[in-house]
Amino acid sequence: MARIVLTKPDIDRALTRIGHEIVESQRGRTGLVFLGIPTRGVFLARRLAEIVAVIEPQDIAVGTLDVTMYRDDIQQKSTRATSPTDIPAAGIDGKTVILVDDVLYSGRTVRAALDAITALGRPDVVRFAVLVDRGHRELPIRADFVGKNLPSAVDERVNVGLIEIDGTDEVSIS
Amino acid sequence: MKHFISTRDLSREESIALLDTTADMLDVRGRDVKKLPTLRGKTVANVFFEDSTRTRLSFEAAALALSADVSTLMSQGSSVSKGESLKDTLQTLEAMGADYIVLRHAHSGVAATVAASGWIDAHVINAGDGTHEHPTQALLDAFTVRLRLAGVASRGAGLDGAKVVIVGDIAHSRVARSNILLLNTLGASVTLAAPKTLLPTDVSGWGVSTSLTLDDALDAEPDVVMTLRIQKERMSSGHFPSESEYSRFWGMTRERLTRLKDGAIVMHPGPMNRGLEIAGEVADSPRSTVTEQVRNGVAARMAVLYTLTGAES
Repeated sequence: MARIVLTKPDIDRALTRIGHEIVESQRGRTGLVFLGIPTRGVFLARRLAEIVAVIEPQDIAVGTLDVTMYRDDIQQKSTRATSPTDIPAAGIDGKTVILVDDVLYSGRTVRAALDAITALGRPDVVRFAVLVDRGHRELPIRADFVGKNLPSAVDERVNVGLIEIDGTDEVSIS
Repeated sequence: MKHFISTRDLSREESIALLDTTADMLDVRGRDVKKLPTLRGKTVANVFFEDSTRTRLSFEAAALALSADVSTLMSQGSSVSKGESLKDTLQTLEAMGADYIVLRHAHSGVAATVAASGWIDAHVINAGDGTHEHPTQALLDAFTVRLRLAGVASRGAGLDGAKVVIVGDIAHSRVARSNILLLNTLGASVTLAAPKTLLPTDVSGWGVSTSLTLDDALDAEPDVVMTLRIQKERMSSGHFPSESEYSRFWGMTRERLTRLKDGAIVMHPGPMNRGLEIAGEVADSPRSTVTEQVRNGVAARMAVLYTLTGAES
């Protein structure tokens, strides 16, 4: 049985709050680059970029960062399809990169993302925003901006639905 | 996918996934840091029982770009020339740590035999077996066609409706065989243009049409003309009267270039015999994809190495 933990208004509020936190954390730095991790991080990155642009209009770029080929479980799991990486034309050197993903779990995706970023350039700062933090970290990694802390059991599944791809905004646990 | 032996083994979905992965790998090749950590700690052994420059270097570049270690064995100057068997050679390489065997051999079917033999656990990639298949060449060719005809928006798409003419020495060409199979899988239509002496005796099961001159094939306004190398090393003489006659009827000349419709491309797997199957001016024209094919080849081989790496599901 799936239990709904976040509805559309909850998700909207969480993202708006994260937007404010991002602006607050800038401390005068300019040049924000939102990099979404496929699949759903991409849409969340776009939404956050729009929210921040309303709160404080500024130079904002949005891109996509595929981390598949940087993963540490490539030989253990069946082959994952890669997806395109799309880095804004101005690059990420000297920028504030906000990595965005839907769920933070083991932390291995973020580790792979940090490696992928290193191969692409040298941002001033890298921060990590996530809609749901479900715990069970396997690496010393934490998120800077969290939509919802969701304690979960290892055998539970956290499902994030987004309008852009799933037709509805909803986070459930099953 | 454990081995990569023949384009016959690929479903349409697998083929398109390989093309999409090739696109992502090509993107990496365009970055400042051209390397991925994906195969760190793995060893790719290039085992070439037949001369090759570009395929070997291309596999080497692909393996290095994925951070694998590479060892290369050329049959000349190795124990093979002392009479060591294929089985012993491959088992020796695996004992030295090879996780992938990239195999080129003058005899058809060798890669498939090794993959099915149980001699080794390593992944086997066919880098050309006799006159049979050269599947990574077909993959890079299909990718080049898709990118040229439909651009980056072609992700997820096949080659449906594309008209491809393959001209030249079909009978001795493993490139043609692998290409025909993959192009058909991807929805392209293929016409073979060659003198009868260079066509296999029966192509009725291949799903292709044939044409005895290149001019007839060009009447159908193809999107792609794939020229093949006249393989002097595989041919005893007598397949065609003279080189100039070959060039006159089946060569991609400057005059024939002007007959192509807008956007149509001319391909060649290399190495080219300029002036024989392809005129120098054609090879250097904007319609030629020769250097793109080489560039895309590294990305395609990276995609194959990556796709074989995951655990069997």
